[in-house]
Amino acid sequence: MKVGLFIPCYIDQFYPNVGVASLELLEKLGCEVSFPLNQTCCGQPMANSGFEAMSKGCDKNFVKNFKGFDYIVAPSGSCVLHIKEHLHDEEDPVAADEIRSRVYELTEFLVDVLKVTSLQASFPFKVGLHTSCHGQRGLHLASMSELVAPAFSKPGTLLSMVKGIEVSRPKRVDECCGFGGTFCVFEEAVSVKMGKDRIGEHKDNEVDFITGVDTSCLMHLEGILKRQGSKIKTIHIAEILNSQL
Amino acid sequence: MSARETILAGIMANQPLSQDLPVIDVSAVIQFDSNLNQFKTVLESIGGIAIEIIDWTALQDMMQSDFAQGKRVVNAIAEIGSIDPNLASLEAAELASVQRAFVKGGIAVAENGSIWLDETAMVNRLLPFIAEHLVIVIEAKNIVATMHHAYQHVASFDTGFGMFLAGPSKTADIEQSLVIGAHGARSLMVCIIQ
Amino acid sequence: MSSQANFTHAEAAEQFIADEPRTDWHDDTLWFVREKRDKAAHSLPEWEQLRQWASDIKYHGLSNMHQLLVDFEKNAIANGIQVHWAVDGKEHNEIIYKIIQDNQVQRIVKSKSMLTEECHLNEFLTEKGVEIVDTDLGERIVQFRKETPSHIVLPAIHLKKQDVSETFHEHLGTEKGNNDPQYLTEAARGHLRDKFIASELAITGVNFAVAETGGFVVCTNEGNADMGAHAAKIHIACMGFEKIIPKAEHLGVFLRLLARSATGQPITTYSSHFSKPRAGQQMHIVIVDNGRSRQLGRESFRNSLKCIRCAACFNTWPVYRRSGGHSYHTAVAGPIGSILNPNLDMQANKDLPFASTLCGSCSNVCPVKINIHEQLYLWRQEITKEGMAAKGKTFAMWGMSEVLAHPAIYRMAGKMGRWVVKHLPFLTNNGMNPWFKQREMPEAPKESFRDWYLNNKKK
Repeated sequence: MKVGLFIPCYIDQFYPNVGVASLELLEKLGCEVSFPLNQTCCGQPMANSGFEAMSKGCDKNFVKNFKGFDYIVAPSGSCVLHIKEHLHDEEDPVAADEIRSRVYELTEFLVDVLKVTSLQASFPFKVGLHTSCHGQRGLHLASMSELVAPAFSKPGTLLSMVKGIEVSRPKRVDECCGFGGTFCVFEEAVSVKMGKDRIGEHKDNEVDFITGVDTSCLMHLEGILKRQGSKIKTIHIAEILNSQL
Repeated sequence: MSARETILAGIMANQPLSQDLPVIDVSAVIQFDSNLNQFKTVLESIGGIAIEIIDWTALQDMMQSDFAQGKRVVNAIAEIGSIDPNLASLEAAELASVQRAFVKGGIAVAENGSIWLDETAMVNRLLPFIAEHLVIVIEAKNIVATMHHAYQHVASFDTGFGMFLAGPSKTADIEQSLVIGAHGARSLMVCIIQ
Repeated sequence: MSSQANFTHAEAAEQFIADEPRTDWHDDTLWFVREKRDKAAHSLPEWEQLRQWASDIKYHGLSNMHQLLVDFEKNAIANGIQVHWAVDGKEHNEIIYKIIQDNQVQRIVKSKSMLTEECHLNEFLTEKGVEIVDTDLGERIVQFRKETPSHIVLPAIHLKKQDVSETFHEHLGTEKGNNDPQYLTEAARGHLRDKFIASELAITGVNFAVAETGGFVVCTNEGNADMGAHAAKIHIACMGFEKIIPKAEHLGVFLRLLARSATGQPITTYSSHFSKPRAGQQMHIVIVDNGRSRQLGRESFRNSLKCIRCAACFNTWPVYRRSGGHSYHTAVAGPIGSILNPNLDMQANKDLPFASTLCGSCSNVCPVKINIHEQLYLWRQEITKEGMAAKGKTFAMWGMSEVLAHPAIYRMAGKMGRWVVKHLPFLTNNGMNPWFKQREMPEAPKESFRDWYLNNKKK
């Protein structure tokens, strides 16, 4: 199974450990993983700001890098959702469509494709699970509190396989953290208020860590936590699932 | 072009390709073990009172008791007493002091504790709103499960006015505190005849 | 017609949030309404099916709008109702004013109608020297305070009991400092009861207009729409044309969804079905376009016309709960407003589709399955295409797109970025960087993932 590893731009630049954990985890689970060296970004920052038309070059580069893989996997719900919904290449539309049907977020890949039922992972800490919106509502990584439907969570299922971990949920189980891309700076006051409120609920659960599938959410929460001088750390789920004693 | 023509032309030019209506499958909706019990439970939760009666005498007694206390009562139920022949034409100022009104209800809905009242039952459209307190009589066999069932039995636009009434009037507009008794009736008693 | 605001949502939101305890209170209050909605939805196993039926009925309505309106008008007229058409808010107001003048009316009561807010009816009539009394309790409160409603279902949600108490003390002579909601509501009941009894004209909105019968339905909890309509000699019902539904039986679907979505109640206290004026009464309906036919033609946005104005989207919207309805500078705020208002005036409302993280919760609570969050995204593209993005933003985005399209440049930019954050922190850790205002910057790692991969994996 040839897996192309898609590492979002801000993970590549600022949180390489998330990429490392994702790669190691996939290899442990038997995948042949390669990292196309000329990848850059999924184009979401421009598109969500109204500049979808400007992401053509970015899209073309993505297609060039990722055509031909059985699966493309990324440790990011929002980036995967964006590719799934918006990737287009006029010059190679077939490749673009192929990629859109083969791109997966990490936890959904583990649960739906690799059908993982156990993990050699250990993380004896209290961890608050943040439900990142695009992964949840866009990729259906977990059930949504608004809908009348059975409850499930792919990230939650994987975390339950980790030894020693104590997972908690915030009171408002799937309210947005407030990052929202460029929203985090253009509507700074609301963005931070939303982040603070989310953190408050995790603090009520006395967690050591906050985790999720999207580093963008975690980066935003981490920024606030550090400013508050809090001991709570953020950690991407890949790092928990890849952890050993 | 008149406004009507302009608007309709704009709509005609812009409306999308016709999509069929869905089929509403009434058998796929919620059912209750007892429509009567569900109706009573919901009515009570929305501030109404439900009492079961055997026949009309209970209501006649209620009305007599009101008269004895000097309350202004208006009756719209032929079975319990005479109906003022001028009732239909009474205006707001003439009805403002009505303390209690008795009205016959039609279909009742278990899922939301509501009762259908049409114009022939109300006699005067303002009556069920302006009376300070309201007593409505329904028959237990007329309680259906849901609104879908209700609309199967009710020709809702046949008499010039009708309504589904669910409980006494209320508001939560002041800091989300529920207050019973806004502009309509302050209380609703539903008498259910078996 | 839309208000000329001189502030953006972001500016207004910042001011709102400055009072953090009050923001928490506003947020908690509205979240509680969302929770009530959840409880009501979960009590019906068929809830998601109901939403689909409602969505399909409304879409059928949009796709047959011309015929449905023609049928509706014919049936309404046959029942003795006078039907008027208004191209825009101005015409709507003039039609109502003419009825007032023709009948020499002086005492007018109005129940909740977001359409009349959209058309600025109250301002128009006040300028003409006509007194109009809003009778929904929340609306009366904001009317006294000379404010606009901040929520389409809960108009005074932004006010605390103390605020209402002060307002009623000033206008109704209630006891100073008595904040008891029961006491205050009783005062309003007495005051408005006199207005109803004396009223000559009652203006109401329309929740649903039924094509097959020519009748319409008005839903309230307070009974104020009916107190006016059945007391006054003239009843005018105002509706956007999209309020049409094909048949009476469809009300079964909508009345099961509306109150549950809005407040968590199984149904409003009164669901009043009007089809004929009472003896001696005039009944009028004003059908309003005001940009709706244009929205109908916008393929990406026409689904916004399915809206039944329940405000479930407001209550779930994390941004609305923390910024308040007035920060949207329009009659209809919230997520639905953000996809309707740019159609009315794109320039004035270009900030609204950006006041969102696109979390998608709104689309999930919408009883008629409007894809609100997708439309927010699409409006962003429209607004940018129309050249309304800020110049600085356009340039920055162009710069970003160039970097991200060229791998070598991207890698260099990333390396520079990390170097700056590590070695020249003062360049990013200052007041000019909005991120830094309340958050620490991420730390710069010693190498990018790609560097690590090349050093450790690529053999």
